[in-house]
Amino acid sequence: MTDDDLFPSVDADTLTRLHGELAARAAADGLLDVAYRTVETPVGRLLLARTPAGLVRVAFAVQDHDAVLAALASAVSPRVLEAPRQLDDVARQLDEYFAGRRTTFDLPLDLQLPRGFRRDVVLHLPDIAYGHTASYAEMAGLAGSPRAVRAVGTACALNPLPVVLPCHRVVRSDGSPGQYAGGAAAKLTLLDLETRVGVAA
Amino acid sequence: MKEPFDRVVSVHGATVLRVCRAVVGPVDADDAWSETFLAALRAYPDLPADANVEAWLVTIAHRKAIDVVRRASRHALPVAEVPDRPVEVAGRDLDLWSAVAALPTKQRTVLAYHHLGGLPYDDVAALVGGTAAAARRAAADGVATLRRTYPAIDQEER
Repeated sequence: MTDDDLFPSVDADTLTRLHGELAARAAADGLLDVAYRTVETPVGRLLLARTPAGLVRVAFAVQDHDAVLAALASAVSPRVLEAPRQLDDVARQLDEYFAGRRTTFDLPLDLQLPRGFRRDVVLHLPDIAYGHTASYAEMAGLAGSPRAVRAVGTACALNPLPVVLPCHRVVRSDGSPGQYAGGAAAKLTLLDLETRVGVAA
Repeated sequence: MKEPFDRVVSVHGATVLRVCRAVVGPVDADDAWSETFLAALRAYPDLPADANVEAWLVTIAHRKAIDVVRRASRHALPVAEVPDRPVEVAGRDLDLWSAVAALPTKQRTVLAYHHLGGLPYDDVAALVGGTAAAARRAAADGVATLRRTYPAIDQEER
């Protein structure tokens, strides 16, 4: 008789329910330092994470969600729990965005992750209007360091809040999309969506 | 580097629930489980990175089980040993949990912490009192009783 045979396994439904109750109590007790969920979108499954201050991370599947959560545990707090309801507002606004019914996000953001110039860059990303693009050089100017073109590329690649802070609108000076943390195809999908909706408006 | 707490819940959640069910019974087990993980979440940032997470959780579960039992006896509510939903597996489980509940407290808790929680007998003895040898004997007695009162255990061997 092994220990596993001595007692039956517990069913997954019970554990799911208990997990949900734990997340709700943790939030009520101020212990939910990082809440996360995933959402399915036209650019694949996105990981959304927030702190009590606001949305702290959006990550593409190609960025490896487990690795992103491990990084958040290390950089923000190990008190990380899946808590979908804490991100209902973010999920809803993303739904509206991908449906072409939203052109700007109205969400509390927690920008504790990017430092220095990278922070300046991501803060200025919303200056590029929906349906428009800017070159890496123009973005460097907006962020106050016109010659830091390469650093803008790095800042965009490390943008902790892609889609919401629109680094996909930063393109090469010849107009080609250039690289993207979510992959070139995801960048094209976002730019196409915004062009289509922008023209229709 | 410490892993996200959600990982702790997914890896150890089932084990802790089985420990709670064995110690406080299926009705109060959910409560004990919730209190255990809430307390663990609170203390998690201060847990040493090389700690044995499962043993740590079982130790917390032991304290929370005592709290839950105390609270239940204060309120002196009749304990309804009926599952929430009529699920077949739950029915079969319930027979086992009844057999477990009928064990003397010492045997039941020792069996839960060692066989379910994976704690070595030294650690079990530190939690419930007495020596490691006594804990080992209590667990063996408990298993022997279960074989008698819940014979299905042997039929379920893989």
